[in-house]
Amino acid sequence: MRKRTILSLLSILLVMSLLIGCGNDAVENGANNNTDKEGIKVGINYELTGGVASYGQSSVDGILMAFDEINEAGGIDGKEIIPVVIDNKSESSEATSVATRLMTQEGVVMCLGPATSGNFMATIPVAQSNGIPVLSSSSTADVGVTIDADGNVYDYAFRLCFNDSFQGVTMANFALNNLNATKAVMITDTSSDYGKGLAKNFKETFEAAGGQLVAEEGYVKDDKDFNAILTSIRGKDFDVIFIPGYYQEAGLIIKQARDLGIDAPILGADGFDSPVLLELAGEEALTDVYFSNHYSSLDEDPLVQDFIASYKEKYGVEPNAFNALGYDLGKWAADAIKRAGSADPDAIRDALAETKGFEGVTGTFDMDENHNPVKSIVVIELKNGVQSSSIKVDPN
Amino acid sequence: MLTCFIATKGGATLDQFLQQIVNGVSLGSIYALVALGYTMVYGIIKLINFAHGDVYMVGAYVGFAVTTYLGLGFIPALIISMVTCAVLGMSIEKIAYKPLRNSTRIAVLITAIGVSLLLEYTMMYFVGPEVRSYPKLLSPKVFKFGNIIINMQQIYIVLTTIVLMIILQYVVNKTKVGKAMRAVSADKDAAQLMGIKVDNTISFTFAIGSALAGAGGVLVGIYYNSIDPLMGMMPGLKAFVAAVFGGIGSIPGAMIGGLSIGMLETLVSGYGNSMYRDAAVFAFLILILILKPSGLLGKNTKEKV
Repeated sequence: MRKRTILSLLSILLVMSLLIGCGNDAVENGANNNTDKEGIKVGINYELTGGVASYGQSSVDGILMAFDEINEAGGIDGKEIIPVVIDNKSESSEATSVATRLMTQEGVVMCLGPATSGNFMATIPVAQSNGIPVLSSSSTADVGVTIDADGNVYDYAFRLCFNDSFQGVTMANFALNNLNATKAVMITDTSSDYGKGLAKNFKETFEAAGGQLVAEEGYVKDDKDFNAILTSIRGKDFDVIFIPGYYQEAGLIIKQARDLGIDAPILGADGFDSPVLLELAGEEALTDVYFSNHYSSLDEDPLVQDFIASYKEKYGVEPNAFNALGYDLGKWAADAIKRAGSADPDAIRDALAETKGFEGVTGTFDMDENHNPVKSIVVIELKNGVQSSSIKVDPN
Repeated sequence: MLTCFIATKGGATLDQFLQQIVNGVSLGSIYALVALGYTMVYGIIKLINFAHGDVYMVGAYVGFAVTTYLGLGFIPALIISMVTCAVLGMSIEKIAYKPLRNSTRIAVLITAIGVSLLLEYTMMYFVGPEVRSYPKLLSPKVFKFGNIIINMQQIYIVLTTIVLMIILQYVVNKTKVGKAMRAVSADKDAAQLMGIKVDNTISFTFAIGSALAGAGGVLVGIYYNSIDPLMGMMPGLKAFVAAVFGGIGSIPGAMIGGLSIGMLETLVSGYGNSMYRDAAVFAFLILILILKPSGLLGKNTKEKV
């Protein structure tokens, strides 16, 4: 008896969720019913609601700005780019079904997004089986985004951002060349792949160039007390501290290190890029802190400054790294369609793979054989909690 | 043993060791404050109150709210937080544990875990899962003794802990309520026959224990400058280890236990491997349970069958 009640409840829920789902679809279709025009359809599969909506929304703002600019300038060989925007609700299962719908029903020539590595990976099988390229602007995971665990390249998956391990390599080179460091200490977030990947690559590069890691310490997410670790490294002779991890713990490490009188430069990666870092560490502590990022608003390159000016004009706010990456992704996608000379997904795929010297706001890049860009990284310096300078570090 | 410990570490200096002691005492003081609540509640109703770590979390948030939104200073924030936690502790006891006073101990224990989760996720619903940082309450002044650095927060933590412990000792040993608490702890039924109001005494015990946890929460917020709704889980477990080590039910034992666990953690991550810190604490718990289950100062009472 009770079982039957539960079953009937469940079926009511199911029917209701179907109805709700249909409602959403109708709205989306309504928004996109101008897709019959002559033009090239590009799917945009991003997180517009849900947990990481801010990443998705930022990226889409950048992409649409790029498309508007291209269309205003006459489109690609006279054809307009028609964006088909669908929300994947920050869920990987939804990302898969959105990709399927875009490729099989909407007839797009390529799909942009999603923003996070996990959601992007969920769309790769669909791309592979439909033979339509998927491009990501911000999936930085080392494995699974453009290559599988065995190192085989996914034919139809590309990304425009550097990967996590490249940041580790860059920060090691930055420490060696720009800060003249020969001895480093590393405090790694061992509970994330992100932290471990950064640490591994930093170590390899730093030691290969003759540098020495005098201490390697670890912590896990949500740790709060780093005094013991910091006291033990304080007695050692080193030039820089590298913290592969996220702002939540890095902020506390920086504060506690400065309180203990450790004034060596502190290095990190894009995990530092959050206003919370400043709240946790405090202004005085955030001096001589350097981290790698995709883009810096301090970059004096006219390309970057023009982008910032027109972004502000269009949206009324300063662009962040996701906006810049989205903008570059839109431009790159258009560039590949133009070079392919047709709207055939396979020709576009080849054009993407052959990209050489693409000039973007987030750096100039070539595609390597693994469908990753070889591009410069920006290293941002913090002084009293504000970004005081940025240095472009080129890959070598 | 101390000297040989230093000698074996060649490069490590005495300065460094003393600095680690400072770190260990600060951390240990907080564990001691939380451990007291565990031990007092266990002493009186034989319940491991797993919601205790979350009372400490609520204390940290109350401190955060009154300092950030009302702009109060350290001492008022500490007192408001302690009072709020005392009320919270008493309500938890009245609502969740009192109706189960005569049920099996496992039923109450599971209820305690339920209360713990309820507090964590209710808090998360209201304040969100992200970390928050305390405003600057104490001057960022640091004191240097040679190479040893002691900051203002550490001094406040240790001083507050010492003052609260002295007050607690006074309350337990010199006042009428304290006498009632000791009586109920020794034999509940006999105490009742002597005219002691057992329910009130138990409530009072929860109030004191929770107030101390609230104080710990505020101190942690000021010391580390970072609070979140799940911050009570780990320190709660470690304070529990501290209470077991000191001898569960014993108040001086909880203080010694707290300081020892803080010291153990600091020394393991300072001289050993920072990744084994938590493992060392829990391995220590297993060792105590095997070698001396009654703890350092605990009474070795035989279970009546």
